[in-house]
Amino acid sequence: MSIILILIPFLAAFAILAGLGKAKSIATIAATANLALGLGTVFCWRASTWDFSWEVLSKPSIHLSLGFYDGMSLVMVILSVLVLFTAVMSGKCPEGREKLWFSSILFIGAGGLGAFLSTDLFFFYAFHELALIPTFLMIGILGSGDRKNAAWKITIYLALGSIILLAGLIWLVSASGSETWLFDDLLASSISQDTQPGIAALLIVGFGVLISLFPFHSWAAPAYASAPAPVAMLHAGVLKKFGLYGLIRLYPMVSIGMQDWLVWLIILLLCNILWVGFVTINQKRLDMILGNSSVMHMGYIFLAFAALIEAGSFEANPLAKPAAVILMFAHGISIALLFMLTDTIRRKTGTVELAELGGLAKAAPRLAFLFGLAGMASIGLPGLANFSGEVLVFLSGFNSFDGECLGYVQTATILALWGVVISAVYMLRAYRQTFQGTPVSHTSSEHLKDLGPFCQIPAGILAISLLIVGLYPNSLLQFLEEPEAVTSETEQASK
Amino acid sequence: MPSYLLEIIVLVGGLVLLLLEAFTSPKRKSSIAIGAISILCFSLILLFFADKGFSDKNVELTRFYAFDPLARFFKLFTIVATILALLLALDHRKVLSKFTANPGSEDGTGEYYCLFLFACAGMMWMASAKDLVSLFVSLELTTITSYILVGYMRRNVGSLEAGVKFLILGALSTGFLVYGIAWIYGATGTTDLALISERITEQNSTYLLFGLALILVSLAFKVGAVPMHLWVPDVYQGAPTPTTAFLSVASKASGFAIAIRVTEPFLNSGTDLAGKTTFILAILAGATILFGNLAAIPQKNFKRLLAYSSIANAGFILLPIAAWQTASDELTSKQVIAFYLTIYLIMTFAAFFILAVIHRNTGSDEISAFEGLGKRDPILAFMAAITIGALAGLPLTAGFWGKFLAFKTAIDAGLWFPVSLGFIGVAAGFYYYFQIIRAMYWRSSLDSDPMEIRPIASRSIAGLATLLVVLGFWPQPIYWILQNIS
Repeated sequence: MSIILILIPFLAAFAILAGLGKAKSIATIAATANLALGLGTVFCWRASTWDFSWEVLSKPSIHLSLGFYDGMSLVMVILSVLVLFTAVMSGKCPEGREKLWFSSILFIGAGGLGAFLSTDLFFFYAFHELALIPTFLMIGILGSGDRKNAAWKITIYLALGSIILLAGLIWLVSASGSETWLFDDLLASSISQDTQPGIAALLIVGFGVLISLFPFHSWAAPAYASAPAPVAMLHAGVLKKFGLYGLIRLYPMVSIGMQDWLVWLIILLLCNILWVGFVTINQKRLDMILGNSSVMHMGYIFLAFAALIEAGSFEANPLAKPAAVILMFAHGISIALLFMLTDTIRRKTGTVELAELGGLAKAAPRLAFLFGLAGMASIGLPGLANFSGEVLVFLSGFNSFDGECLGYVQTATILALWGVVISAVYMLRAYRQTFQGTPVSHTSSEHLKDLGPFCQIPAGILAISLLIVGLYPNSLLQFLEEPEAVTSETEQASK
Repeated sequence: MPSYLLEIIVLVGGLVLLLLEAFTSPKRKSSIAIGAISILCFSLILLFFADKGFSDKNVELTRFYAFDPLARFFKLFTIVATILALLLALDHRKVLSKFTANPGSEDGTGEYYCLFLFACAGMMWMASAKDLVSLFVSLELTTITSYILVGYMRRNVGSLEAGVKFLILGALSTGFLVYGIAWIYGATGTTDLALISERITEQNSTYLLFGLALILVSLAFKVGAVPMHLWVPDVYQGAPTPTTAFLSVASKASGFAIAIRVTEPFLNSGTDLAGKTTFILAILAGATILFGNLAAIPQKNFKRLLAYSSIANAGFILLPIAAWQTASDELTSKQVIAFYLTIYLIMTFAAFFILAVIHRNTGSDEISAFEGLGKRDPILAFMAAITIGALAGLPLTAGFWGKFLAFKTAIDAGLWFPVSLGFIGVAAGFYYYFQIIRAMYWRSSLDSDPMEIRPIASRSIAGLATLLVVLGFWPQPIYWILQNIS
């Protein structure tokens, strides 16, 4: 059944390429159907009807195996369908390039969904790669500004990251002695302690490049700034979470090896939060602020991962995984909304330079409200989704605190708290310079209109999901609790 | 049906066509190509009914000629590759006829098609060679035919230069081969590969290693691997495109067929000679991957780029030989090589068909000739993007599976040095292959007319590109072809 979720955008993309109808209508129908189906799975995701398995190669045994592996998959799928829907609805396609535009968006969405629905390591990797190709092409062909260099940079970085990751994955499977590439078999096998650190290093660097871990982050901001808005939304919102999802998913296999790198990881993630945070403060363009802020916020999710490494297993720090997942979801939604609204500002005023903007709130109050909401969410204002995520991250950092001596993770958590202040500085300043003050000529109400209904609906959906998760985090947390039976099984397996 | 009849059919068919060619009118030389394709299709069908067909008592045959699943696979491979090369030659005949005695006419192009048949017969023999003597004879049949194929456009300076280079280095490598065979014969007293592994002793292992090293050098020439790789770029660039495609697929594959046969007795021997052979092969693989991929980076000519990519691929195929794997619960090294070569055939021919189309329309093989293809001809550009993606080894294209399995075998065997070079190579590969995608989509061209594509080329490109995608999702059919290889 779960293959339907992937097939809808896939087939729609092929239908668009083959010219079977108006590109925009096909894409809208597909994205809406996917949204409905994806949200519908919330009620029945544990049912076995969602599983799908097909052995594509018998030696080595590799399956196109799909399904909801656990609640984390479900949350990521919900995130993907939400962002895919918004990306299809909100973007403004250049004249005459509808086919490329909509088919690429759908391909990226299908690739992201495929990665999160795969219960086989091979296709988990392959679907993500599939989503990257249209990303590169779209930035290079339809991007703005210095698109060619940005596209070339992201291509080289992410291709290198994927290769390193692939080396790690093959080594992982080879060392585990597992006969198939299914998560079930892999997680049930064990890897000797000597090889774990090497594999863990390849995984951290490989996934790290894809997540824009410091110092492999310099591709992100320019790429997001020049990418067409839907691509930036999908990559920053969905695809980037692939790496974190993978790290958390594979973590039990290399839990001992990861400990060797804990201190390094903490240093890097602090650089992500503080260094990139200061870089963000210094940006003069709205899109560069958002691009850098998305790099910065990855640091918090890594912090939850570091807390997990320190604890040694999911059971030892039960907060870490939910914290990371909630924050991944919250960040995905809020950054997608911000990129979408920034693109609207660019289209309406023709610029995203902070110096040339001002007073937009008078002419476009609804835009200002939504941008403010998403901006506050991204800072971590209570009541919005990111707050629940960040609080859980900080709590998980102190989960193993014995009340006397601060460990590495606790020290990192205290330093990371300053990141919230940094976020507040750049986001509030950006908001003030864009929306408040006196309107200049191209931001006055004579020249521009407020958000139209086609932007309001998708933006509203994202804003509402931020509110729901913020006010009632249990709406997602309930999926992340392992049912009793499953927990005891994994315990047995680990013994 | 005895399998050796297949070679005879192809060979006799070639001779008959050569005779008929003399009586064909200059305008209808392409019918020779169609005749050659029909002969090959006929033998392709017969191949499925072929069996060993002779008893073990027939010593003259059993000593020289094997018909095991490996031989069957390589015969199938050679025939398919030759058919595709002939199709490419048909599509490319306008260019070929520019360099005849009276330019523009097809007079004097007929023999070109027949030569493919002789080379094909030689390669089919190579697939079955199990004795150093039969190996040498069949190899020479192929190589000598290839000299003519490379220099066929003798009024074109590039082709002529390529032919001379190929001839000189080819003669040198033949010398190495004969010398190596002599050493091995001297050390063991036999040329039968099956007997060699029994006769390895402490005393003769040094001589054997020397002989094997000499043979490996000559095989490196055949497959285009370090240290005999220098001819590849010049010859590939100068030779007529169908010859280039044929050399880079069929010739390389049959080189690997005999490389497997020659190294197998040493790798299976269980002596410390096995470890030394692995060491040599691992060094060769690593150096070939590194050279091929790094030297490809600055290339501006697509045909030359494909030449370097073919060197790089030779390195990737050497990996599973070095990581000699015979356990039956995993893919064996032979199966991985067969797997890789099958995929390599599809993507390389797709690339050469695309190159031929571009060349006919723009008159150039440069990467800059691809500029703006995304707008000029979106469908061709899409197919080209799939092919390039497969060559670069993107997941969910067939090209990924070949590299994936090669790396997996090598990682399982713990060959960390060539594997790490291999990953550097793949990363470099992304860079230079993507230059073509960048040219197609991110740059614009002055010329905006749609490309003229003939039906042969369009159907072949569409078929091969579809195969690349389908096999990318579902590689099991390739496994069916090679599952009997042990």
